[in-house]
Amino acid sequence: MSRRSKLVVYAVLLVCCVPFVFPTWWMATTSLKPVSEIFAFPPSLWPKDATLDAYRQVFELQPFGQQYLNSLYIAVVVTAGTLVVSSLAGYAFARIPFRGAGVVFVVVLAGLLVPNEVTIIPLYRMFDGLGLVNTHWPLILIPVLGAPSVLATFIMRQFFITLPRELEEAGRVDGLGRLGLFWRVALPLAKPAIGAVSIFTFLHSWNLFLEPIVFLSSKDKFTIPQALTQYVDAYGGAMWNVQLAAATLSALPVLIVFVLAQRQFVEGLAQTGLKG
Amino acid sequence: MTLLADKPAAVADTGPRRAPYWTMRRRDELAGWLMVAPQLAGIVAFVIVPLGLVVWYSLHEWNVLAGTFDFVGGANYEQLASDPRLGPALRATGIFSAGLVVLNLSLALFLAVLLNQKLRGTVVFRTLFFSPVVVTLVAWTIVWGFLLQDNGGVNAFLDLLGIDGPNWLRGSTTAMISVIVVQLFKGVGLNMVLFLAALQGVPAELYEAARIDGASAWARFRQVTLPLISPTILLTSILTIVGSLQVFAQIAVLTQGGPGTSTTVLVYYLYQQAFQFHHFGYGATLSLLLFVIVLALTVLQWRMRKRWVFHES
Repeated sequence: MSRRSKLVVYAVLLVCCVPFVFPTWWMATTSLKPVSEIFAFPPSLWPKDATLDAYRQVFELQPFGQQYLNSLYIAVVVTAGTLVVSSLAGYAFARIPFRGAGVVFVVVLAGLLVPNEVTIIPLYRMFDGLGLVNTHWPLILIPVLGAPSVLATFIMRQFFITLPRELEEAGRVDGLGRLGLFWRVALPLAKPAIGAVSIFTFLHSWNLFLEPIVFLSSKDKFTIPQALTQYVDAYGGAMWNVQLAAATLSALPVLIVFVLAQRQFVEGLAQTGLKG
Repeated sequence: MTLLADKPAAVADTGPRRAPYWTMRRRDELAGWLMVAPQLAGIVAFVIVPLGLVVWYSLHEWNVLAGTFDFVGGANYEQLASDPRLGPALRATGIFSAGLVVLNLSLALFLAVLLNQKLRGTVVFRTLFFSPVVVTLVAWTIVWGFLLQDNGGVNAFLDLLGIDGPNWLRGSTTAMISVIVVQLFKGVGLNMVLFLAALQGVPAELYEAARIDGASAWARFRQVTLPLISPTILLTSILTIVGSLQVFAQIAVLTQGGPGTSTTVLVYYLYQQAFQFHHFGYGATLSLLLFVIVLALTVLQWRMRKRWVFHES
């Protein structure tokens, strides 16, 4: 490529970056600005009098620490549970010739066709009947066992299909049964698929919004996305610096992990069997 | 001790050897069923039964506040046919989905092609374009809501260029554009990465051959790149369309469906009917409509794969 066209490509890339990077930058810097500076004109890219006041209010106005822990443990439990359910089912679909496998696979895949929003009303009624509304159970059980884990099962299956037959035969010779083959042979090799499933399951759970606002009603049970929308003043107006401080706190840990492990993130998600 | 005691007995057993019941085949049957059992039970309990209940509820008038649950037959469907708010909701959903899919796929492909050049620093740019994917959805939406206010960052920036920007979230046209744009930059990084993976799978010799034949860069893109990555285009378009039909958080945070009903998409309308107005029966009817739309679009795209997709692995 010529020097000139290289420069053009770099310039185009730089301009394209703005709407991707600027909002996150603006979120983090504005959260450090005093209220008087938030709408200053011309806008300042860096706070003149940085203050952590908004961060103090984040924790004073509602139990944000508790809500943070809620989101964190729900996402961790959902990710671990999804890995168990999807790796077992994915392995069985890929490697075990059992009667009825075809029919069961079609039934499970049907889960991909039914968005959560379609079944939210009956699911609400079901969990209400069980007395589990305003608990975290629906936010854990539905993703782990229901439609959201189907994609994970599909990805695990696509991965297990590619394992060479000889590996399992060698395992058989060593006296391993089905569970042994799964646990000692297939699963240790499935790290890339496990990584991809973990990342997208964690992100999915961390971002859930409709389900928490339908199922949860008390502030100490809220998850982060729900909590972020609660920082309003007595007139219902947004308290921007506090909202943005809380938003920054919600985004930072995942962003930091992403920057440190961006190869695994990007390649993991690119590898989810969606290449076609 | 029992093991030792058992052994002589086993040796002493001299009767005719029966074929063991637990053959490898039978063990496999059992293992297979046990391993898929949690997933199968979950799908039945949390997808299939609820889907049946949606149909059942749609035949009832169910007002939770009044405590009534009465069979009304097709009344909810009649309401659906004559609901003055349904048309605008479907229109908003259609505009959002169409706008998002077209912009998302073209931008994703454009960025992927740029990043597929042999250039230093493409990994850094890839990371930057991808980063919104990992920012909490509601956090991303909140900061855009802040930027798009009348006196917010976007208009301050336009002001520097001498342009008087509109109040983005308060005008019916600009509100829809805003919601689309916010979602576009949030999610385009994922499609870009999928396209990049596909582009890297295109054999370099094909480009060489096309170059020797004198094909221009555009012709090479049209005749080599596009056909070879068409399976990925199909999959990303299915995922993006189905995802766009589910948009909720962005609407709830940015516009609450307004101004008027200009950004009240189907899922938001369904949420309002069921969980704000407590019309669960009519909400279920709307859920069913959403399901039919998702199903129809998926089947349609799958049917069209023969025409779109150059080859299937």
